[in-house]
Amino acid sequence: MDRQLLIYATLCYFAAIIRTIVSLRARVFRRSRVVFLSIALGFLLQTAFLSIRGHALGSCPITNLFEVLVFLAWSIALIYMLIGTTYRLSLMGAFTAPLVFLLQVTALVLPIDTPRASRVSPNPWLEFHASISIIAYGAFALACVAGAMYLVQERQLKTHQLRSIFYHLPPLPNLFSTMTRLLWFGFILYSAGLISGFFVSEPLPWTKIALAIAIWVLYGAILQSRYFRCVTPRRIATLCMVAFAVALSLLWSIEFVGHRA
Amino acid sequence: MNLFCFGLNHRTAPIEARERFVGHARTEALLRDLGCHEVLLLTTCNRVEIYAAADRGILSEHLAQSLRIDGGSSSKKDLDAFYRMENAECARHLFRVASGLDSMVVGETEILGQAKRAYENARSNGNAGPWLNRLCQRAFRVAKQVRSKTQVTRGPVSVGSVAVDLAGKIFGDLRGRKVLVLGAGETSEKTLRALASRGVSDLRVSNRTPARAEELANQMEGIAVPFATWLEQCREIDILISSTAAETHLLTPPLLVPILRDRADRPLFIIDTAVPRDVAPEVNELDGVYLYDIDSLQEIASESLELRRQQLAAAEAIIDEHVADFQKYLVRADTATRPTSDCPTGVSGDVADVGIVATRCGG
Repeated sequence: MDRQLLIYATLCYFAAIIRTIVSLRARVFRRSRVVFLSIALGFLLQTAFLSIRGHALGSCPITNLFEVLVFLAWSIALIYMLIGTTYRLSLMGAFTAPLVFLLQVTALVLPIDTPRASRVSPNPWLEFHASISIIAYGAFALACVAGAMYLVQERQLKTHQLRSIFYHLPPLPNLFSTMTRLLWFGFILYSAGLISGFFVSEPLPWTKIALAIAIWVLYGAILQSRYFRCVTPRRIATLCMVAFAVALSLLWSIEFVGHRA
Repeated sequence: MNLFCFGLNHRTAPIEARERFVGHARTEALLRDLGCHEVLLLTTCNRVEIYAAADRGILSEHLAQSLRIDGGSSSKKDLDAFYRMENAECARHLFRVASGLDSMVVGETEILGQAKRAYENARSNGNAGPWLNRLCQRAFRVAKQVRSKTQVTRGPVSVGSVAVDLAGKIFGDLRGRKVLVLGAGETSEKTLRALASRGVSDLRVSNRTPARAEELANQMEGIAVPFATWLEQCREIDILISSTAAETHLLTPPLLVPILRDRADRPLFIIDTAVPRDVAPEVNELDGVYLYDIDSLQEIASESLELRRQQLAAAEAIIDEHVADFQKYLVRADTATRPTSDCPTGVSGDVADVGIVATRCGG
């Protein structure tokens, strides 16, 4: 039942992608409520899935890589709903949907939904650490999306090839400011997650700690270079995408609470 | 009741003819005397049109005479420049006009504002009754739909508007941005005016002939700067518009790179309208620099215009639907009770049903 909810959620994101592609092909790209509503419905279905899983597990549903990926996809959708509407970045949905779709398809297709052998008593510090870290990943994912939008817009301005999407993408300074705010938001959450990790009264492997600190240092370096203005906005946008790709690949190495199973 | 449109435009008459038929203070009163119950006069630089409702036919000669500024009669050649459309075709014409499909630059949106002002004038003078209310309200709705459902009004179609659009995407808000005009050609002046209309307030002009720089600076409420210091100005400015008669490149990457170091991550938008070009094309490869020459700007304008033309069929389809619907309304209105009392000129066209429409305007 819960996986079915997730499949329906994935289909909603797929609908948002199709709507975007159809608009782009017709060269009549415009703000579409269909994209926002599809993502909103997908988000509700994801929430229902996570809620059912959470009740069944008796803890936050991030006990294996499958759940971590779904929780990450949910975090991205959540932050999009907050940021996308706040900053009127309607097109962000068009860029966010493919990312969420990809994460969920990966989660559904790969055999990574391994059930735990037994129910364990919840550890609040550990759950806080894991969930806040994944929400931080969501913010980093959105920064990556804003970075992609920045690069698309910048590329069009540089090459003088203005597609219909050019007129719908926000100006470069707006995209850049969204990108840096998301980076800060993610970095603060991630720092909180990292610090809370030290309060978990269970031993954590040093490799996991080292990888988590490496991601923290990577994003810290990007923000530092932005603060001292020694890196151009275009490079910051590129770094946002590279950093998220690195962080995502390291996620495979970091088992959150799965080791407790 | 017969709804009709009578007029001439940039396609049917040259400016010499149009300027003789622009209408005058008594045009509407004359049309009333001729038997029009409702009258709307739409005059722009490209068209003069009467939209009217009358229950009897009015000769075109008389209509043309009412528009003529000297009140004289018109020759056959003059009359040949006029067009006349009735009922559904009149509605189609106004829908096309309001949507910008009949404009010189397809899809321009200024005409909608002009049509709205003409309608407001007619309403406030008591010349617009239920027929014109219905017609105009529908026309404005059609224009809005055409604008939102097609791309017929999308994209800049002049060099100046392309520059403004690009600057908007590079800088976001243009208020407080600094512009330097190097040389003082006609295109750069137009571009500068377009940017000034969008809030650019710090305008600097530099020219080999200081008097010319002073002249343009005074016109634009900017400041003239010595030609010898233009490169130094590039440390501060956001937009450079260049149009000198120099035979070699004035700005090259080796000259610009040290300046860019001082600009932190502020982008620099360069509009080079000179032929031969003032700025080496390699400058565009530098980070944070966006260089557009006259060909690139004109190409973008042409692409936008082409895209607008491609959207014409979709826009016409929307108009067809509304014309068909409006025609049904005209048939219903025609069979309704004949009017007897004064026209309630404040009635919205969307509200006016057949019964109200049949109410006669005093004339």
